[in-house]
Amino acid sequence: MTANLTDPTNQGRPLLLQGNEAMVEGALYAGCRFFAGYPITPATEISEVMSWRLPAVGGTFIQMEDEIASMGAVIGASLAGGKAMTATSGPGFSLMQENLGFACIAEVPCVIVNVMRGGPSTGLPTHVSQGDVQQARWGTHGDHPIIVLAAATTRECFDLTVKAFNLSEKYRTPVILLADEVVGHTREKIVLPPAGTIEVVERIRPTMPPEWYIPYEDNLRGVPPMGIFGDGYRYHVTGLTHDVRGFPTERPDEIVPFMDRLFRKINQHFADIQMVVEDLTEDAEVLVLAYGSVARSAKRAVREARARGVKAGLLQLITLWPFPRGLLEPHLRRVKAVLVPELNRGQISREVKRVNQGMTRIDTLNRIDGRLITPAEILDRLVRM
Amino acid sequence: MAEITKLIHKYLRHEKKFPHVWCPGCGNGIVLGALIRAIDRTGFSKDEIVLVSGIGCAGRLTVYVDFNTLHTTHGRALTFATGVKLANPKLQVIVVMGDGDATAIGGNHFIHAARRNLNLTAIIVNNNVYGMTGGQYSPTTPYGARAATAVYGHIEQAFSIAELAVTAGAAWVGRGTVYHASLLDQLIEQAILKRGFAVVEAISHCHTQFGRRNRLGGPVEMMRWQKEVAVRVEKAKTMTPEELKDRITIGVLVDRELPVYTHELRKLREASQAALGAK
Repeated sequence: MTANLTDPTNQGRPLLLQGNEAMVEGALYAGCRFFAGYPITPATEISEVMSWRLPAVGGTFIQMEDEIASMGAVIGASLAGGKAMTATSGPGFSLMQENLGFACIAEVPCVIVNVMRGGPSTGLPTHVSQGDVQQARWGTHGDHPIIVLAAATTRECFDLTVKAFNLSEKYRTPVILLADEVVGHTREKIVLPPAGTIEVVERIRPTMPPEWYIPYEDNLRGVPPMGIFGDGYRYHVTGLTHDVRGFPTERPDEIVPFMDRLFRKINQHFADIQMVVEDLTEDAEVLVLAYGSVARSAKRAVREARARGVKAGLLQLITLWPFPRGLLEPHLRRVKAVLVPELNRGQISREVKRVNQGMTRIDTLNRIDGRLITPAEILDRLVRM
Repeated sequence: MAEITKLIHKYLRHEKKFPHVWCPGCGNGIVLGALIRAIDRTGFSKDEIVLVSGIGCAGRLTVYVDFNTLHTTHGRALTFATGVKLANPKLQVIVVMGDGDATAIGGNHFIHAARRNLNLTAIIVNNNVYGMTGGQYSPTTPYGARAATAVYGHIEQAFSIAELAVTAGAAWVGRGTVYHASLLDQLIEQAILKRGFAVVEAISHCHTQFGRRNRLGGPVEMMRWQKEVAVRVEKAKTMTPEELKDRITIGVLVDRELPVYTHELRKLREASQAALGAK
C-alpha cells in the first residue's frame, strides 16, 4: 500500500515508485478524474492505486465487467467533460479495439495505457514484451491515425501520461501510452513536480451561440471545438461516418473531407507530436534505435561501446506512431549502421527499413522469450557492427 | 396540427434529412413518440437529457431527436451511458437498445448495469429478431419460430428481458407494448423519474422480417396480437399459471428501493477524503 503518496509533505521529496504508480500520478497531475478498468497483469496496480486516489480528489474509479465496457465508459465520461483513462495489457487491449475505433471516428479525447506482456493470447502474463506496437497502430478496423507513446522509466511514465492527456485533448484523439512489464513494475526514485510546473492542456470548447455550432466543421487546426454533454451545445455523436453536423452520411463528397481531416489534424502537427531522445548521436557512426525498457539497456550498451572506441549513439523513440521518420532520416543518411533491438520479431525495425530505403544498413536484435535484452547483448552486436 | 404532433415536432431535429430509416408500420416510431411524450412530462430540458443508443434499427432512434445524443457501438450503449452519468450525475441518461443489442452482444453489460444500479433508464425495444441485418434470430426469438438463420425453426429457448432485468437486480422494471402506447408513455416517464436502474421492455414487431417469415401478417395483425396476449400486471395476479401461459404481463413488474451507485460513490469519496486527510 502506498498511502503516503497523498501526504502533501511528500511534495518535493523523493519517492520510490513503480512505473505503474507514476502513471497514476501523471494522470492526476493532468487532471484525469475518471478511470474505468478491468484487472489484468501487469497493469493491475494502476487500477488499484486509482481506486483510492481518485475518490480523494473527487474523481471516479469504476471497475467494469470487462475491457470493452471500460473503454466505453471512458468515452462516455470524456463526452460528458471528464479527462478519462483506462489501463490494460495485451488481451484487454484487444478487447478495447472496437471502442477505441469509436473514439477515433467520434474524436473523443482519452488515454489508454497498455503495459505490454508476452503474447499472443494469454501468452506470458508476468513477463515483458513489446509485442503490441503494431497492434497499437493497426488494432482497430478501418483507416485512421493514432498517437502512440512509449515510456522507458518511472519518470517518463509520469511525464508521458501528462503528455498523452495533453495530446489527446489538443487533437481530440485517443492516445495510447505503451509501457511494458519491466517499466510498469520497476521501482525508481522520482521527485514529483509541483503543480503548475508542467504544461497541462485542456480541450478547446465552443464559445459561439449554440445554434451556430457545427460540431465537426473543419478549421485551420483541423480540430473542431468540442461541445460537452449538458453545456447547451446539443449535437449527435456517432460511430457512423458523419457529416459536419455529426449526422450519418454515405455521400462521397462528405466522407472524403471528413476522412482527410481526421488524418490532417495529426499530420499537420507532426512537429508537436513526434518526440525522440537523442543520446550521444551527434558524432555516432553506429546508431541504436530503441524504445521502452530496451532503451535502458541500449543506453548502457552505448556507453560501454564508447569506452571500447566504438562511436555509438542512441535514438530513443518516445513517439512510436505517427512514426517519427523526420527525426530519424538525418541519422539514416549519416550513420554506417543502425541496430534496432526489440522485444518482438521486428515490429519497429520493419518501419525503420521502410523509411530507410537503402540509405544505410539496418540490423535487428529480437527477443520474444519474456526476458529483457541485456546491455551485454547489445554491446556484443555494437562492437561487431 | 394536432397538439400531440406539435409536441413531437418540438423535439425533432428538423435539419436532419428525413425520412427516417424505419419501415412503414414499424414500432420504433411509436417508442420514439412515447419517449418524447414521457420526457416532456418529466419537465427535463433538452440540455439535461442524454439519449444513448446501440446498433440496430432501435439504435437509429437517437439521431432524430434534439437532445445530447450518442449512437454507440453494438451492445455497448450502457457502458458509454455509465461513463456519461458518472462524469456528470446531473444529466438524465436514457439508453435505447434492441433485443439483440441489449441481451446478446450487450448481455454482459446489461446484467452488470442492472446490478450496479446507476440512475439510468434503459428502454429495450423487443421485436424478437435482428431486423436491420435481415431477420436473423435473436435471444428473444421464440422456440420454433423461423428466422433468416433458423429456416427450419429455432432450436433455442428465448430470454424474457424483463425477468432477466428483475433477476439481475434492476431497481425498477416495466413492460409495455407499442399497441398500448399510452401505457408505454407512463412506463417510460416512471422509469426516468425512478432513482436507480430502470428497465422498460417495449414489445414491438418486425413485420418486415419476423412477421413475414412466420406468417404473422402486417403491422396491424402483429399489433392486434400484442393487444390479445397482453395482460395488465394487476389482472395477472388474479390468474392461474395455466391462464397466464403464452400471455405477456404488462405494467410495472418491480419497483424497489436499492442503494443508488452515485449516492454510494459520494459516501466513498467522503470516506476516502477523511481517511487521507487524517494522515
